[in-house]
Amino acid sequence: MQLTILIAVLIVLTVLAFVYGRKRALVTVGGNRRALHSMPSYHGWFVALWCGLPAAILLVLWLVLRGTILDGFIEDALGPELAAAGPEMHGALLEDVRQLAAGNSIAREPSPALLAAADRYSSLQSSADAAVLVIGLVAAALGLGFAWRKVGPKLRARNNVEAVVRLVLFLCSVVAIVTTIGIVLSVLFEAIRFFGRVPFWEFLFGVQWSPQMAIREDQVGSSGAFGIIPLFTGTIYITLIALIIAMPIGLLSAIYMAEYASPKFRNAVKPILEILAGIPTVVYGFFAALTVGPAFRGFGDALGLSVSSESALAAGVVMGIMIIPFISSLTDDAIVAVPRSLREGAYALGATKSETVVNVIIPAALPGIVAAFLLAVSRAIGETMIVVMAAGLTANLTANPLDSMTTVTVQIVTLLVGDQEFDSPKTLAAFALGLVLFIATLVLNVVALHVSRKYRERYD
Amino acid sequence: MDREADVAEARIDQGESPFRANFALGENSSATPDAGAPQQIAVTAKDVSVFYGKKQALFSVNLNIERNRVTALIGPSGCGKSTFLRCINRMNDTIEGCRVTGEIKLDGTDIYGRGIDVVQLRARVGMVFQKPNPFPKSIYENVAYGPRIHGLAANGRELDDIVEQSLRRAGLFDEVSDRLNTPGTSLSGGQQQRLCIARAIAISPEVILMDEPCSALDPIATAKVEELIDELREHFTIAIVTHNMQQAARVSQYTAFFHLGNLVEFGPTEHIFTNPTEERTQDYITGRFG
Amino acid sequence: MTDTSAAIPAPARASPWQLSDATARRVRRRKRADTRFQLYGVGAIFIALAVLIVLLSSIAGSGIGGFVQTRFALDVTFDEKLIDPSGTRDRAVLAKADYGVVLMNAVSAAFPEVTDRQAKRDLRKLFSNSARFQLRGMVLDDPSIVGTTQKIWVPASSDADGFVKDGATTKGIAEADRRLKDRQIEWIGQLSERGAVEKRFNWSFFTSADSREPEVAGIGGALLGSFYTLLITLLVCFPIGVLAAIYLEEFAPKNRLTDLIEVNINNLAAVPSIVFGLLGLAVFIQTFGLPRSAPIVGGLTMALLILPTIIVATRAALKAVPPSIREAAYGVGASPIQVVAQHVVPLAMPGILTGTIIGMARALGETAPLLMIGMVAFIADLPGGPMDAATVLPVQIFLWADSPERGFEEKTAAGTIVLLVFLILMNAIAIYLRKRFEIRW
Repeated sequence: MQLTILIAVLIVLTVLAFVYGRKRALVTVGGNRRALHSMPSYHGWFVALWCGLPAAILLVLWLVLRGTILDGFIEDALGPELAAAGPEMHGALLEDVRQLAAGNSIAREPSPALLAAADRYSSLQSSADAAVLVIGLVAAALGLGFAWRKVGPKLRARNNVEAVVRLVLFLCSVVAIVTTIGIVLSVLFEAIRFFGRVPFWEFLFGVQWSPQMAIREDQVGSSGAFGIIPLFTGTIYITLIALIIAMPIGLLSAIYMAEYASPKFRNAVKPILEILAGIPTVVYGFFAALTVGPAFRGFGDALGLSVSSESALAAGVVMGIMIIPFISSLTDDAIVAVPRSLREGAYALGATKSETVVNVIIPAALPGIVAAFLLAVSRAIGETMIVVMAAGLTANLTANPLDSMTTVTVQIVTLLVGDQEFDSPKTLAAFALGLVLFIATLVLNVVALHVSRKYRERYD
Repeated sequence: MDREADVAEARIDQGESPFRANFALGENSSATPDAGAPQQIAVTAKDVSVFYGKKQALFSVNLNIERNRVTALIGPSGCGKSTFLRCINRMNDTIEGCRVTGEIKLDGTDIYGRGIDVVQLRARVGMVFQKPNPFPKSIYENVAYGPRIHGLAANGRELDDIVEQSLRRAGLFDEVSDRLNTPGTSLSGGQQQRLCIARAIAISPEVILMDEPCSALDPIATAKVEELIDELREHFTIAIVTHNMQQAARVSQYTAFFHLGNLVEFGPTEHIFTNPTEERTQDYITGRFG
Repeated sequence: MTDTSAAIPAPARASPWQLSDATARRVRRRKRADTRFQLYGVGAIFIALAVLIVLLSSIAGSGIGGFVQTRFALDVTFDEKLIDPSGTRDRAVLAKADYGVVLMNAVSAAFPEVTDRQAKRDLRKLFSNSARFQLRGMVLDDPSIVGTTQKIWVPASSDADGFVKDGATTKGIAEADRRLKDRQIEWIGQLSERGAVEKRFNWSFFTSADSREPEVAGIGGALLGSFYTLLITLLVCFPIGVLAAIYLEEFAPKNRLTDLIEVNINNLAAVPSIVFGLLGLAVFIQTFGLPRSAPIVGGLTMALLILPTIIVATRAALKAVPPSIREAAYGVGASPIQVVAQHVVPLAMPGILTGTIIGMARALGETAPLLMIGMVAFIADLPGGPMDAATVLPVQIFLWADSPERGFEEKTAAGTIVLLVFLILMNAIAIYLRKRFEIRW
């Protein structure tokens, strides 16, 4: 509530600051615009920014940190209760307190300690919010006052405002880096905790994957094994099948489109093929499960082969279909980038089209094609929905493409979907798998980028 | 100009191209025309017009290119000289929307006629481009590529010979003999252009078309290439597009002046440069426009 | 035209186009190789097109039925004794009454000859379970109907619905293997004779939320969820992405940091989407304590996911604005910010919007990261805002595709059709924008 007031007041103040700052700038020079260093509206912006920005930053910081700070207070208040409940219930108890404080009902009968904590939580929250409100208003007023006094013919308002704009632009571009850091930290952090429970080498070289952990001590047959080898083989196998399908089709269709097709044909067919690229992966997954899987199974039955309805083959083939437009568009870029003069050189020697393509264009575009291949591999191993829907869940260490296989992404999904305790090795394992996936795709991308950049330089 | 009659030397040392049947050379090189005898015509163009889509780029050009002579095509930019050159080996076919009418005869056969195979045609009419365009392969492979696709060498030794001969003729062999396996793109611009010339002559074409072959080169490299063109005349018929009138005067025996898609004047180079018939030619040569 | 050429006679020689046999053979072989190669290309394109056609037609074929709903007419007696024995018309009482019995009575009344318990159960199975809620809703809306008998269209159960839509599929299958028994088929026939069967366009498919009953499950909730998610994504991602691109393209000095940012964006674009899901889970849910399954988390995660797409598209659009425009603006003394804000960005706007729409289309179809942040739960209510638990269209498709009930198959396909229609629309708008506002410099 207090925060809403703060936001509303800030908006009004900022708008007023702009309007009056602008006016004041004109007043200071007696209406003679030319005497000002910057246009009056820049003065308005200058004042508005000084008024709104510090308070807004404070507000955002508070919103981000509020939960953590308040949690610290209730943890103190709830001390004994938390200790009694054990570490697993920690999060749940805090959540209950928050719900109670917000006036919602909770699943269990609230204990007196919980209720007391909830009271404390809500009173803390309102007083803290009030404090922030006051501080925010003071900050706005101080900023306003400061800027107000500064306005005058000498003030380089435009330069100041533009510096702020530049800073904002810069910060936006830093979001990309922050995202990467966020990915690395969030994945790495949990993965390290996972390796605290499961030895790293066992994870990397174990051939057994069965992440069920015993919930009770006396449960049978669920010791939990976290060997990643069967997931690796499954991932690589399905990726391989996908590439065997996608590479030739993608490559050949790109070559045909770029070198042989008439403009009419190209204009008609290219957009149609681009539809393939726009189809969401979940639809491909559904297609695999609905059509391709059963079709392969029926076909196998007719040949007397036993084909699992969730076969690696079906998943791989559909994934290959998904990757075709990806490969063909990257290859197309590489082929189009081959300078015309090279083609003409070959034609002028009397080479046929196919000779020109095979002997001149493909070698010249090879780095681009290799990059396309690497990116396609990276795409395939990171692809999730098709394999979740069409490949299996059990980790089979097999080379039979008609069997079901599982992949790294499938396991991440199965480990994290459903209600999980955040601290169990099972959940943490998903992050360890995520780390592996991230590193693998990162390496592939960096190599692909390097290869294609090197080649681009050659024709520039 | 009649002293150019030393066609007798025009012998291909490295084995006849199968596309070069009946070139009146080889064994019976003694049967060459005497000085002053009528020159043989390699390429005859009759009423050639070219359209890019709806735009007409060339208007009914008539031109004969003489055997074992250098014919220079000059004119201001966009005058159609390159377009005409590219008609002779049907390079315009690779440009979408380009249409050629009229008749171009190579040894009496219309190259736009029915049943003419462009692949075969281009094996007989080679081309060197404005910008050096070596393939992204080794020097050796660049030169060997043409003979290889056309099957001109029976074995590796013969191929080696063709490559060496071609590089020698292009005046490049001594400079690159120790690094035939390095990429063609690693050479300097002038060397690259001579490599492209070597590549073109490796399939022993009858005619070599050169589209401003020196425009991307420095003066020293240009001088070398010009010298080379003069030597090549002995064995090949050459048509060269150039912007540079001094160059045309230096290397060619015949000159054709194009302007706005028309062939304005055609004749012996000396004549064009000293005493042109047309006023426009005069204006261009003396630098009044262009 | 000069006529200098006429003076030179053409040579009289045998045609050099005659090739030796060996050479001719070689040329023929090369031609054949060329044709073959071209055929490979045609084949590749043909395969890709064929696959697309198979994919779309298999989905369309199984999804069309999802837009049609079968309903049966029943004369339902709202028996006061059952619904409101005390006669107070108290809402709480009305809400708690057992409408299952009301429905059962109506069913029995329609088929008085069916008395056997098992037979009655089979008969009841022709009608959707959800009919109870329909009856309850009617009573709560208008308590005055208690005590009356009304003719009411109730949805058929999934099995009966499937039979009415394509009854032929039951032919030739042994009764034991069929979803519907012979006598159930006979009853449907009787209903049909009485004119008590209708098929109509299933509007409720677009308005209702998910359900355990395939015949009444709808994508309304998922559509709303997708809307909120995309809204958040757009609000977060568009400003950040465009401003970042402007910085990188127009202002960034060439140094290690900007190099790092560039490499970073390229790499982010290729990070598997599921990893973004892990990020969302660890950061937005675990660290910031935002609610699980909520569109706000999904939207934020998607925003990070498509940020590289938007940055790259915006940069391309900015790059396409010729330097002469910038120079002209600098020439009249505009500051760098003014040049960009007043000249470059407006000219690049169509390109930026196109890129944004394509990015949003990607976000609409993305599924995997949302599984990580819990948007995969069964949610039977329409979400009221971005903080409510919700699911999105592709996740709904995933959920239904995983459901064992056969009735969900056509729902899955129908949902897929809706998703594809949206995506095609978005892409069409993007293409239109590009064509309409494309400026060739």
